[in-house]
Amino acid sequence: MSTEELISLKNKADLRRRPSRVCICTAASCQSIGADRVHKAIEAEIAKTGREPQVEVRAVGCMGLCSAGPLVRVESESSSVLYRNVTVEDAETVAASVGKAKVERLVCRTDVPFFARQHKVVLANCGVVHPERIEDYVAVGGYSALYRAITEMSPSEVLAEVTASGLRGRGGAGYPTGLKWQTVAKSQDATKYVVCNADEGDPGAFMDRSVLESDPHRVLEGMALAAFAVGAKVGYVYVRAEYPLAISRLRTAIRQAKAANLLGQNVAGSRFEFTVDIRLGAGAFVCGEETALLASIEGLRGQPRPRPPYPAEKGLFGRATLINNVETFANIAPIIEKGGAAFAAIGTERSKGTKVFALAGQIKNTGLIEVPMGINLREVVDDMGGGTPTGGKVKAVQTGGPSGGCIPYEHLDMPVDYDSLQKVGSIMGSGGMIVMDESSNMVEVARYFMEFSMSESCGKCVPCRVGTYQMHEILRRILAGQAAPSDLALLEELTRTVGEASLCGLGQSAPNPIKSTLRYYRAEYEAVLRGSRPSMPMTEEGVG
Amino acid sequence: MSPQTLYPEPPTEDKRWKIVNTTMRRNGNDSHALIETLHSVQETFGYLDEDGLRYVAKSLRTPLSKVYGVATFYHFFTLKPQGEHSCVVCTGTACHIKGAETILKALKDKYGISPGETTEDNKLSVLSARCIGSCGLSPAVVLDGNVMGNLSVSTLLARMDKEIG
Repeated sequence: MSTEELISLKNKADLRRRPSRVCICTAASCQSIGADRVHKAIEAEIAKTGREPQVEVRAVGCMGLCSAGPLVRVESESSSVLYRNVTVEDAETVAASVGKAKVERLVCRTDVPFFARQHKVVLANCGVVHPERIEDYVAVGGYSALYRAITEMSPSEVLAEVTASGLRGRGGAGYPTGLKWQTVAKSQDATKYVVCNADEGDPGAFMDRSVLESDPHRVLEGMALAAFAVGAKVGYVYVRAEYPLAISRLRTAIRQAKAANLLGQNVAGSRFEFTVDIRLGAGAFVCGEETALLASIEGLRGQPRPRPPYPAEKGLFGRATLINNVETFANIAPIIEKGGAAFAAIGTERSKGTKVFALAGQIKNTGLIEVPMGINLREVVDDMGGGTPTGGKVKAVQTGGPSGGCIPYEHLDMPVDYDSLQKVGSIMGSGGMIVMDESSNMVEVARYFMEFSMSESCGKCVPCRVGTYQMHEILRRILAGQAAPSDLALLEELTRTVGEASLCGLGQSAPNPIKSTLRYYRAEYEAVLRGSRPSMPMTEEGVG
Repeated sequence: MSPQTLYPEPPTEDKRWKIVNTTMRRNGNDSHALIETLHSVQETFGYLDEDGLRYVAKSLRTPLSKVYGVATFYHFFTLKPQGEHSCVVCTGTACHIKGAETILKALKDKYGISPGETTEDNKLSVLSARCIGSCGLSPAVVLDGNVMGNLSVSTLLARMDKEIG
């Protein structure tokens, strides 16, 4: 790869460029409600009217607002308009509208808070580039950071930029990325690995899936930059088998990057070499824990081991290993391109940059948003999310999945950052944000998460294996009306034991849903204990 | 040793074992390739049977106990044959609070099976998933590989009537 080759890739994208474009979201969510059929129908309409030389029909990744899918954006030189809930029947109208007046009845307004309050860094190319075309990614400046790093910078300079950015791990725990990279870079190990954690196991989270489906090259570029900085030659992406579309797009991306000599040997004509391979998860939540994930890549049962030694010192196959989450890697290229200081200017003092959240549950605007750290949580839920679909009261917001907690509506006036979320008894987590309304009973919610942790416990350490089972049993008894009031004290004691004595993050954080619901909704526990029976969540006929 | 004699005799004459062999070869026939290999077996044959596990164990020179341990540790692997059609109900948080339980109950009422079971006529398997990442369209199920979102029980049952009978 040389500058000329990068330019020629860019030219290839330019060749396909037409005065107008119809972009159709083909990420998993829109696909499940017929985006593929809409795509084909629009393509056929454009072909039928012989306008292929003027109009490009492009499959793109996630545009964010899943609840209004399938989403279609029509761009011409002077305007850009987004259409919502586009059906096959609308294809003719949409295709005919290109370059003419917009179709008012389908317009999805983008001047509303859901779009207007976003700050896109990680998702900048999502919904813009064709996820299966490397030249599209190069045309928006992709791989230029990697190219520049290899040709003009030293590994330590790359490291310095990442450290200066203040980026913290986006997988949930928020460990400073620069510090992690430094540890691996300092290691004298002759063989080092870079691992991307794409085992998005949190129920209710789909940020990593969307990034991999919409902009896989961004993640590969981040991994290659990391490998350059720490001195690794081999990388693995550990991705859930439940994400077939993400896997296939990532496979395509790896193949294309290899063919363009952006991965492989002598990258960009230098001595730098880096190959990436995919490893499939097999449905074990615990494999999101880094040492369990590494065991799984080695073909073993996904069971964690005590740390230290940390993977940075002794990781995959016993070698120094850098392991970061998808979103963390997706932040790297912009940091190198624009500098660490520019990144650090976004967000708050201790939480820099932006964070991608997956909004779901009883909320009007479901989908993916990227907001600057420190944004007010109420603003996210009420303004961007638009409140509940029924207009009823929001009861709580759950962040961090089974390791997080429920934040009551009354407490939503708080900045979204690592430390503030921890203060209210939840965690940032990977970015799942589930909104609950009055129909959710909090004891039932706690039981749901405990059932999850119980069945996902790997069984290695006793506090987690036995403790999650017992906590679930107490919650079940409470809900079945078979518990004594003293069970509540027992439950609280167990939350402490399991939290303090468990081996890994799964067990340590498993009690969080109980702790936070006991903290804010104790009255609900007591009411259930006194005999009130919560109803099961029901599907409403005709939702959507 | 020539590459042909590297593998033991496959459990059956089935040509598809070659696909599995390719996966193992691509990963250097190393025990690290165990999970990838099991994925390959399941993708090819639909599930992991005992003969298959024995074959993988021998080929990768890994104890059968370890192979069985891995196959049963991960939820994605199934040791039972699956029905002609599959319906995976997502029970992630968003789907849960929007009524995944109701969907499971309706399937139980209609077909008499719970997650992990297959109807007697081998037509349908019902499974549950921790989260399929389609939370924006909850509740969701995956019917024969196709994700269906924003579901109501009646829509799902109507669709299943049409496709499964």
